[in-house]
Amino acid sequence: MGGLFSETFVTVLLFGAVTAAVPLLLAGLGEQMSEKAGVLNIGIEGMMIFGAYVGFVGAYYSGSFWAGFAAGAAGGMAVAALMALLCVRLGLNQIVVGIAITLGMEGLTALLHHFQFARSYPRLPAAQVTPIPLLSDIPVIGPALFRQHLIVYLAVAMVFVTTWIYRRTQLGLNLQAAGDKPAALDVAGIDVTRTRTVAVLFTGAMAGLGGAFLANIGAGLFIPFITNGAGFLGIVLAMLARGRPLWVLFGALIFGLCLSLTTAAQVAGLNIPTDIIQMLPFLAVMLMLVLFGRRASLPAALGIPYERGAR
Amino acid sequence: MNQQATETRVGAPDAAQAATRRNELLWRVAITIGPIVASLAIAGCVLLAVGVNPLTYYAYVVDRGLLSPLGLQQTLTRMAPLLFIASGLIVAFRSGMWNLGGDGQYLLGAVAAAAIAPVFVQVMPGWLALFLSFVIATAVAIAWSIVPALLRAYQGVNEIITTLMMSFLGVSFANVLVKLVFLDPGTTVPQTRTLPVDDRLPRLFDTTVTSGLVLGLVAIIAVHLVMTRTSFGLRLRVVGANPNAAVHGGLNVPGLTLAVFAISAGLIGMGGAIDIIGVQGNVRADWNPAYGMAVIPVVFLARMNGFAAIGFVFLLSVLSIGGESAARRLGVPQHFTLVLVSIVLITLAIAEYLDHRFNEKRRA
Repeated sequence: MGGLFSETFVTVLLFGAVTAAVPLLLAGLGEQMSEKAGVLNIGIEGMMIFGAYVGFVGAYYSGSFWAGFAAGAAGGMAVAALMALLCVRLGLNQIVVGIAITLGMEGLTALLHHFQFARSYPRLPAAQVTPIPLLSDIPVIGPALFRQHLIVYLAVAMVFVTTWIYRRTQLGLNLQAAGDKPAALDVAGIDVTRTRTVAVLFTGAMAGLGGAFLANIGAGLFIPFITNGAGFLGIVLAMLARGRPLWVLFGALIFGLCLSLTTAAQVAGLNIPTDIIQMLPFLAVMLMLVLFGRRASLPAALGIPYERGAR
Repeated sequence: MNQQATETRVGAPDAAQAATRRNELLWRVAITIGPIVASLAIAGCVLLAVGVNPLTYYAYVVDRGLLSPLGLQQTLTRMAPLLFIASGLIVAFRSGMWNLGGDGQYLLGAVAAAAIAPVFVQVMPGWLALFLSFVIATAVAIAWSIVPALLRAYQGVNEIITTLMMSFLGVSFANVLVKLVFLDPGTTVPQTRTLPVDDRLPRLFDTTVTSGLVLGLVAIIAVHLVMTRTSFGLRLRVVGANPNAAVHGGLNVPGLTLAVFAISAGLIGMGGAIDIIGVQGNVRADWNPAYGMAVIPVVFLARMNGFAAIGFVFLLSVLSIGGESAARRLGVPQHFTLVLVSIVLITLAIAEYLDHRFNEKRRA
């Protein structure tokens, strides 16, 4: 079955990289908005896994991938609403609540899966792809990059949508102010709580969508703890991207490449233990944090609940 | 009753004062017990939703984890590693550092102990082999925390993320070590060599409770005393309460940061070692009890007080042992404990919020 550098290997590697990158991209873009608005969203892993479960169940029973994605995004948003209520409105410790949400959702989805499907792991049929005319005919990269499910293109489009929001809209400025100087935003007559709530809900929707993608397209099934740190990787992407959506995309592709090495190596007939391959994305993260961590700038008011009149 | 009697005798102002004091006491009790009761109720609703009678479940857990003699002994044994983890987390959290990498540090400590103890025990006295494996496991866990510690101390990189990443790495790396390096050639099951039962830590009296429990109690009490009674502990708490003030006060913040990470990770690694040389005897492939995360709520519930943590670690152990039995008997997966623990964390945070409000109103 070909060597390490055969055409199939490269195609499988790139295709897998894109498939693995999309959940990270969505999570990273979502987290970026929360962090911009001053909320460190550790609960994103929990939003993601809940989105994965709800998204899978939605797609499994309705037979429609789009219903699954909608359910996943709604599920992630529901969890985010809880986080927004506790951390933004009541001003509780974001790290404590974030840990709780992540642990709770991991446990809850495993529990629900157990009672819904017992020990069976039903699979979804393969998703339909939407090839882009002309581009998809390019050898090697064509089938890898331009023969994907429609949602992949939409995820990439979100990079440009969020860039536009941050650069060109009032909402973008409000978000920035909510993270850097919430008191100034308040004085300007704009509700800090509402601005931050919008950001957290957006994070939840994106994370849930990413989770649903991971389960429905990436794996084709749901298994407990399936996200395995993907949400946390999203946080790292947001930290390193310094507020720029395009950097999240690049970072997601790098991590996606690391993740897809598993399948690609198997295609190439290499027998590397999966445990070693599973370490790769996290090794890449640590390397990047060691190299660029110092420059990962974060908003001034990140993690600090806003309370009007507090010194 | 007694207090009421006094009130009527000494008159109105004192009576009012006693009443507020009593209210305050009641409030304190409510704020501690309330979250637990509320969490049991909410988690009970989750059980109802999946078609399990929560009362049956809770009764079973209490029966197996607390009331049956064998279960109680297992619960006390389970406390040993959890106490070490709790003490490691108390050091970190009191110093304002979020060591969320407990799972990786714990597993690597466990694997190090499992790799060393069965080999050393053949060439030297048992107590020395156990001691050396304990020390080396601690060193390995500390080594695993060095990168996040350096990044936080000198680059200001958020330790929440780095410790989490190192934890994922550590769990995978521990598996690699078990499957490829320290594999027991004697069995077909992928696991490390097994420490014979006779060579493990002695059991207490005529029970099956491990003497690791005593070590765990010593560790957490020592940590509590160091944090509350020594100048070193005070310095750490200053760093935790206000890092800027600590710098201006002339404290060596990077040095203290490194010390906190080393102590925290070391204690958690000791927990892993204690579990292996006291109870498990070996590490099986893909074994990850994920105690590191489950203990976090316990530490918060105890408000980072070592003595209170002992009590709450006991509760977690009951839940853990009882939950394992319930998973086998009632078919409710262990993951339910995770749900319950996370609900406790949230209700606790809400209780703190209410407490804050209550105090503000009283002051006003």
